[in-house]
Amino acid sequence: MEKEKESLKRLFQQEFSKMVAVISSLFGLEHIEIAEDVVSEVFLQAAETWGDKGMPPNPTAWLYAVAKQKTLYYFRRNKILEKKVIPELASRQEKSQEIAEPNFSQQNIRDSQLQMLFAVCNPAIASEAQIGLALRILCGFGIDEIAEAFLSNKETINKRLFRAKEKLRTENIKMELPPENEIAGRLDNVLHIIYLLFSEGYYSKTQNQILRKDLCIEALRLGLMLTEYERTRLPKTNALIALMCFHASRFDARETGGEGFILYEQQDEALWNQELIAQGKHFLYLSAEGDEISSYHLEARIAYWHCIKEDSREKWENILSLYNQLLMVNYSPSVALNRTFALYKANGRQEALVEAEKLKLENNHFYYLLLGELYKGFDNEKAALQFQKAYALAKTQTERSGIQEKIDSLY
Amino acid sequence: MLLFRFPQGNFEPGNIPPAEFQALAKKWQDWAGGIAAQGRLASNGNRLALEGKVLKPGGVITDGPFVEIREMLGSFIIVKADSLEEATTLAHGCPALDTNGSVEIRPVMK
Repeated sequence: MEKEKESLKRLFQQEFSKMVAVISSLFGLEHIEIAEDVVSEVFLQAAETWGDKGMPPNPTAWLYAVAKQKTLYYFRRNKILEKKVIPELASRQEKSQEIAEPNFSQQNIRDSQLQMLFAVCNPAIASEAQIGLALRILCGFGIDEIAEAFLSNKETINKRLFRAKEKLRTENIKMELPPENEIAGRLDNVLHIIYLLFSEGYYSKTQNQILRKDLCIEALRLGLMLTEYERTRLPKTNALIALMCFHASRFDARETGGEGFILYEQQDEALWNQELIAQGKHFLYLSAEGDEISSYHLEARIAYWHCIKEDSREKWENILSLYNQLLMVNYSPSVALNRTFALYKANGRQEALVEAEKLKLENNHFYYLLLGELYKGFDNEKAALQFQKAYALAKTQTERSGIQEKIDSLY
Repeated sequence: MLLFRFPQGNFEPGNIPPAEFQALAKKWQDWAGGIAAQGRLASNGNRLALEGKVLKPGGVITDGPFVEIREMLGSFIIVKADSLEEATTLAHGCPALDTNGSVEIRPVMK
């Protein structure tokens, strides 16, 4: 029974985004709430009917058929639609008397979802709201799940989504692919949102492992969706997919079953998902076309090197070089710290210590962790001092106990 | 702005064995990466090609030498610093210095 519920939930999640996309493309994005309502009603009816009579032989077809009925019903009954949408639709369809019905063909589902992806990832909407909207509309997540992923409450998320949908209306954002000359630029924003979605899943603070994994899988699915179209199948798209595959390959190996993560060094590489690594290599190969090197290219190559567990000079010199390049494109404190660790592995402790002291990231506990690691076994007293500073700045109990272990191991 | 100057002829193609060139390239990248890691790299400039033209008064165009001094401009980067002194500190360790070159530090006018 539990299992059935789980698979039903998954089915609804998948079909939600498809149906909302198709119906919204018919009604116009300004009526996205109607599309959501229609689909929610379809699910309600499905839950009732299937509960009584059992699942139909083809559940998806059943859902689409009911969605069609309900859409038509809305067309006839809803006042907004009668006054605003139907006249416009009628003129669009050359005054045809027939009422348009949603088209749930594979092709139209795919087109509508891609259009929706570009609409949601419109730079007019704040990026946090974009992620929320993407989770709801493109991935079919429930409000409570989104709240959990953001460690927030339902009310805040609802408000955020409401404002994002308002923005869709006021900015008059349409469900359409950007014109050909704008697609490459707009694609950057789409890729960025997918990247953030994935990171949200991969590094999320929530303890819910299933939810985190779902987020990563959904981000990967959206990325793959972009590869189905020639104009969005660019080298940087492939680079982002490669990056996600490589990271996702270590998903199971780093789960502790409880709090926190198993760090890379302690991971059992037998648990790394070889299939995903092979997928990653495939997309990395495809990303090498053309001459643009995006930050996704660099990050994907770093992640690739991390799929080789064995330490070698070659590995760390490559990683260092990639971090150097990444910093030149895109500075962030965490990249600077990772670069310094790579410097230690490639060029030695002395050089890394000099460089690390220059970073002065004094509010960042990872900075003191790095300094502690660099002093460890060389000047344990200094190492302890650094770890203590990290301890004082750490934000969670899990982190503090991890740091305490490091301090204890010095003596 | 940090301008790197080198003795002429130092980087003529074929002057340096590939392995040494690679080691030198790594040094440069590690050095610039260190500046970027401090969040102080504003632009990593453009590398200047070795060939070029020189226009002199009277419309005389030659293929070089680029200046009448012994050094030529190799490349430049722009760093973020609060003072000329700070920028000069960042220039320390520049690989140009290892090959008899020099680093010229000049403020960029806003």
